[in-house]
Amino acid sequence: MSINRAACIAGIYEHPTRHAPDKSLAQLHAEVAKGALEDAGLSKNDIDGYFCAGDAPGMGPISMVDYLGLKPRHVDSTDVGGSSYLLHVSHAAQAIAAGKCDVALITLAGKPRSEGMATGTAPRVVAPSVPDAQFEQPYAPTIANMYAMVAMRHMHDWGTTSEQLAWIKVAASHHAQHNPHALLRNVVTVEDVVNSPMVASPLHRLDCCVITDGGGAIIVTRPEIAKNLKKPVVNILGAGESPKHTDGGRIDLSYTGIEAAGRRAWEESGVKPADMKYASFYDSFTITVLKQIEDLGFCEKGQGGRFVSDGNLISGVGKLPFNTDGGGLCSNHPANRGGLTKVLEAVRQLRGEAHPAVQVKNCDLAVASGTGGSLGTRHGAAVLVMERA
Amino acid sequence: MMTTQRKILAPVANVETQAYWDAADAGKLLVKKCQSCGEPHFYPRALCPFCFGETEWQETNGEGEIYSFSVMRRAETPYAIAFVKLDAGPTMMSNIVDCDFDGIAIGQRVRVVFQPSNGGHKVPMFTPV
Repeated sequence: MSINRAACIAGIYEHPTRHAPDKSLAQLHAEVAKGALEDAGLSKNDIDGYFCAGDAPGMGPISMVDYLGLKPRHVDSTDVGGSSYLLHVSHAAQAIAAGKCDVALITLAGKPRSEGMATGTAPRVVAPSVPDAQFEQPYAPTIANMYAMVAMRHMHDWGTTSEQLAWIKVAASHHAQHNPHALLRNVVTVEDVVNSPMVASPLHRLDCCVITDGGGAIIVTRPEIAKNLKKPVVNILGAGESPKHTDGGRIDLSYTGIEAAGRRAWEESGVKPADMKYASFYDSFTITVLKQIEDLGFCEKGQGGRFVSDGNLISGVGKLPFNTDGGGLCSNHPANRGGLTKVLEAVRQLRGEAHPAVQVKNCDLAVASGTGGSLGTRHGAAVLVMERA
Repeated sequence: MMTTQRKILAPVANVETQAYWDAADAGKLLVKKCQSCGEPHFYPRALCPFCFGETEWQETNGEGEIYSFSVMRRAETPYAIAFVKLDAGPTMMSNIVDCDFDGIAIGQRVRVVFQPSNGGHKVPMFTPV
């Protein structure tokens, strides 16, 4: 069974907040669900599939289903980190293709900013029963230094420079200046990035994404329903997913799970990197973007640094406009999970709803990808290819 | 010279891994080796992650080289995290200690040293040879 054109993205919503001390976590989930339904022109009673991940409070999807007052016949709370929602779109398409549901709702929300979380720089608490915990936690792995080790190795193997990585942030900032909701709207330079304080060598503060409250939601439905709704139809062409891990100690940071996930997504969708008019790359850090560009085949392995330089990712300037909302690097990283917002901006581009200053002309094909978890140890990779119908 | 003075979180051993931490307390670094396929692996498991064969403990020479590293500057006490490729085969996460962090390099030869954790077993870390 293929999901090629078996399902469509009919509704999207991104919460405008970036700081929400006045709202509960569950409330944010409800607000984004309502927003996506209004965008699609559907009502709550139309939802018969519900998808969420570890950011949703309670027991798997059940507590949220209760809170939201849903009566789904299909639920899925697969959690592979921040890329979960890319995978949820694919799983929703599979469920729709299999006849298990007709209208699937995916929600994400979180409040790390108002809770004052040291998201990327403090070791996370891991239960002792997690088998890797005792062999890693004593060494104080953090999100930042686990991604930094990938960058350090890339620099060693390929001569990639901090200035090249900085171009990724520069491009995101050029886009964010047009997004009124973006947390950081100031345009930065390569010098700004490399002169910002070192967090985990070789990654500087401006190589890291923002910490924001907020959330988003997506409605996936079948083509027969989507074509009668008010928004331009966005077809799902194909998807791929792949966990990558420490492989029994055969650690190899030269590739990510995106390599296998991308291969599967390109095969199912029947298109190739060169066909893409726009790309959303999960940008937890600048290095995350560079690795996805290489592993999806937008350039040769090792050439990512050269590829991203000189504004090549800036809409209207370079060959591959990316994260035209400003991405996680400048706009929004709700719940410390960037996968969902990657889908949202890709859908805006395909609908022609991106900000006019960054809208890609004739944007008929787009890819969204992400790695959730830790790039250096274990992560869930997911890739989604979409077209304007 | 910079040393790790941060509090090292005590590892929580279990029945599957107790021998590893007991060996660490005795100044030895162990890995697991599969009795079926012969492959060593890390972190240690009762069943081989490559073939599900039964595994046995194997003492290493405690040496290896740095595969990658990062110096965590945004921390109360800066520290260096690394992946160390052991001569025994597998690559393990660790810290690089008792050295100038600015001198750490990929490919550098290192040997194991055992550092006390906060009220628990000693933890294998590495220092340049």
